[in-house]
Amino acid sequence: MAAITTTPGAHHDAEDPNASFLEKKGLMSWLVTLDHKRIGIMYLISVMIAFALGGIFALLVRAELLTQGKTLMDADTYNKMFSLHGVVMVFLFIIPSIPAAMGNIILPIQLGAKDVAFPRLNLLSLYIYWFGACFGLYSMINGGVDTGWTFYTPYSSSDPALGGVGSSTSVIPMTLAAFIMGFSSILTGVNFIATVHKMRAPGLTWRRLTLFTWALYSTSIIQVLATPVLAITLLLLTMERFLGLGIFDPRLGGDPVLFQHFFWFYSHPAVYIMIVPGMGVVSDIIATFSRREPVGYMAIAASSLGLALLGFLVWGHHLFVAGMSEYATMVFSALTFLVAIPSGVKVFNWVATLYKGSISLQSPMLWALSFIFLFTIGGLTGLFLGMLAVDVHLHDTYFVVAHFHYVMVGGTVMGFVGGLHYWWPKFTGKMYDEAPAKAGWFFVFVGFNITFIAQFIMGSRGMPRRYYDYLPEYEIFHQISTVGSWVLGFGFVIILYVLVKSLMSGKPAPRNPWGSAALEFQTPTPPPTFNFVKDPVLTRGQYDYQLATEDELYEGFDDPLFPGIRGGKPAAKPAAAAEGEKE
Amino acid sequence: MFLQPVPSDNFQLPPSMADTAPPIDKAYDFIFWFSVVFFVAVNAAMIYFVMKYKRRKGVRPEPTGHFMKLELFWTITPTIFIFFLFHAGFTGYIRNATAAEGATEIRVRAKKWSWEFEYPSGDRAPAELTLELNRPYKMIISSEDVLHSFYIPEFRMKRDAVPGQYSFIQFTPTVAGDAHVFCAEYCGTSHSGMLATVKILPPEQYKEWEKTLGKCTGTPEECKPEKWGETLFVKNGCPTCHGAGGTGDIAGSKSPGPKLVGLFGHQENTTAGPVTADENYIRESILRPNAKIVAGYQTVQMPPFVFKDDQLDAIIAYIKSLK
Repeated sequence: MAAITTTPGAHHDAEDPNASFLEKKGLMSWLVTLDHKRIGIMYLISVMIAFALGGIFALLVRAELLTQGKTLMDADTYNKMFSLHGVVMVFLFIIPSIPAAMGNIILPIQLGAKDVAFPRLNLLSLYIYWFGACFGLYSMINGGVDTGWTFYTPYSSSDPALGGVGSSTSVIPMTLAAFIMGFSSILTGVNFIATVHKMRAPGLTWRRLTLFTWALYSTSIIQVLATPVLAITLLLLTMERFLGLGIFDPRLGGDPVLFQHFFWFYSHPAVYIMIVPGMGVVSDIIATFSRREPVGYMAIAASSLGLALLGFLVWGHHLFVAGMSEYATMVFSALTFLVAIPSGVKVFNWVATLYKGSISLQSPMLWALSFIFLFTIGGLTGLFLGMLAVDVHLHDTYFVVAHFHYVMVGGTVMGFVGGLHYWWPKFTGKMYDEAPAKAGWFFVFVGFNITFIAQFIMGSRGMPRRYYDYLPEYEIFHQISTVGSWVLGFGFVIILYVLVKSLMSGKPAPRNPWGSAALEFQTPTPPPTFNFVKDPVLTRGQYDYQLATEDELYEGFDDPLFPGIRGGKPAAKPAAAAEGEKE
Repeated sequence: MFLQPVPSDNFQLPPSMADTAPPIDKAYDFIFWFSVVFFVAVNAAMIYFVMKYKRRKGVRPEPTGHFMKLELFWTITPTIFIFFLFHAGFTGYIRNATAAEGATEIRVRAKKWSWEFEYPSGDRAPAELTLELNRPYKMIISSEDVLHSFYIPEFRMKRDAVPGQYSFIQFTPTVAGDAHVFCAEYCGTSHSGMLATVKILPPEQYKEWEKTLGKCTGTPEECKPEKWGETLFVKNGCPTCHGAGGTGDIAGSKSPGPKLVGLFGHQENTTAGPVTADENYIRESILRPNAKIVAGYQTVQMPPFVFKDDQLDAIIAYIKSLK
């Protein structure tokens, strides 16, 4: 295996390389930092603000639907609320959430590297993300958008002020926001691919990468290959709206279905940008809390790559009723079903990992297990939509809304919040209170199911999505769903309280609170600027729990298996249990 | 809104009211029970393992081995299942994508935010689609502005209305009663108000209804020829080209179609020479607009319209009244 690439001379500003990365104070020390962990923390704060904002939009949408007719707002405001919910959640929260925020902090440590391959590019990605977010905020202040996050033409591309038939809201700044944030996504992807290839510690073979790393690696490939298509599409949309260039609008000689092909050619792979990192988090959490190497390690890693590849071939299933030929629908339906295979392989392997494990139900594990529970519902309802005949009925109803929320929230958000709990001690150096954290999980889990099971039923009974008003027979389902959204929201408030309290008055976190065998838990908490006190050399894999001594199994691995981290005690000598020391 | 609601025997699905619904329901039920079995199996195993293998002092986890056969088993088994799922979905879809011989064609026009249905007789009705029980139909769907989607949940049928092209669905209604039409593709402010009703009538009632098709159904006052003519004039979109009230003026500039006020009895210069605008000339101009084009208007072609004689009489009476 190649030797470690030397870290670029990025950290000449750090006086004491062994001090915690959080040590340095002052706003400028954050804004011009090249430390991947600090950049990751800034990403984390940004995406959590976006999540809160998107969540408020969602609660407003649900509140409006509590009763028939007008409850809170008029139709135009409602249309903006659900559009902003979608745009904010997709482009500002979910796409950068796990890769850019958590991946930035954890990936280089899991590789035993001092930083990502291109630290300056990494900071640039963050600034591009913020720059794009400014366009999004500008659009919101200027009245928002009412096009849905999908920006379907000609509604989005035809401006009534220029004689068009479409939306009169501020579409251009919002599409530019998504356009700009795409570059941030591409640069992060390039950076991670280079980091995984070139920055692995000695002894860290491809076979020893964590599954989280494999997931981020697969995601990065999608980000680099698919995002440019979105950029081109949104640019064409802006040009049509602004200059009257006829590409998608039939009145200008364009084809509106072409936009849908372009859009989903990015946005379907983007679904895997959203879900695959969550699967990576879950793989790591399950291994740690079952004290077992994941069953079918290579199968899980390969299925991440498989999803990345298949994700590019199935965009047409969004267009089954949009006016595609029967032959095209047949091919896309068949390809779509193939996605079930790698998804199923992951689920089976996770469940098999639990078998004869040593399972501890701490809060990160609760999130990971609920990921499996909810993702099986999300995945199986995806089969309904892949079946051509059934899709004709369910397309564009609440069934679809519920399906993708089970994947995106039941999947990605569970992975995100699970990862947040799992790595929180590593990020902040503080522990949180376990009991209220579990209560938060409980309310989120229950509230989420109430909200979206009601939507499955009203959807299969014919309730179309994006409706401001509805017929009386759907009212009861809308009311159940809205009450569920309050329970869900309450759960997230508890989690916010738990995390804020941990920051204020949390106990100092030990080096390895969960007793994980992965590399990021073998370094001090919080990690020093260069991640490790001495360059790590791996002599075992990151899931090798079978090598643990009796004490290590319960109290967590100590460093003898990573000679060099703390000065390399002889591996034969049983290590003292991790006693929560800070280096 | 609904006079004859039809109860559904399936909690998850609306009532089934056309021949297109049963194959889709069959596929739905198949995938539903498949999913239930699969979901219960995976999650029961998960919950059982979590309880059984709870962490205990002194009990070591089993080291993970390699289970090639197991991996192959749970890769290949779903592959076989999904082949069946694909087949079930595809056959239903293809069956429903094929029109019956001699299906009655109805034009469905979508625009922000209403539906209009045009029957083979040329009669148009907004917001209500009347169908005869057990008669095969083919809908020819188009949109005048943005994307819409023509969705009848009771028929399990949906197709986008795309501006600049036609799309088609076909079905045979099998149950008399009322069904919904929803717009399923987001189209702006009143997307959720873009509704219509499907009325499926038994043959006798359908024949009764057919007789009223194209007749004036308003009060006697509203059915005076000039008044009804004005209604038809507006409903058929004539003011878009001839100006409101046939003034030949749209927002202060010359309209694309000729002025109609004061037309009757006037001498017109047309591509076929000078013509006096009488009843026959107006009738011909509505039915075959390009037979005699008024000088100066050759660049804009008026589409031919289809009307019944009494409708034509009413429109002509209206145009006569424009002075």
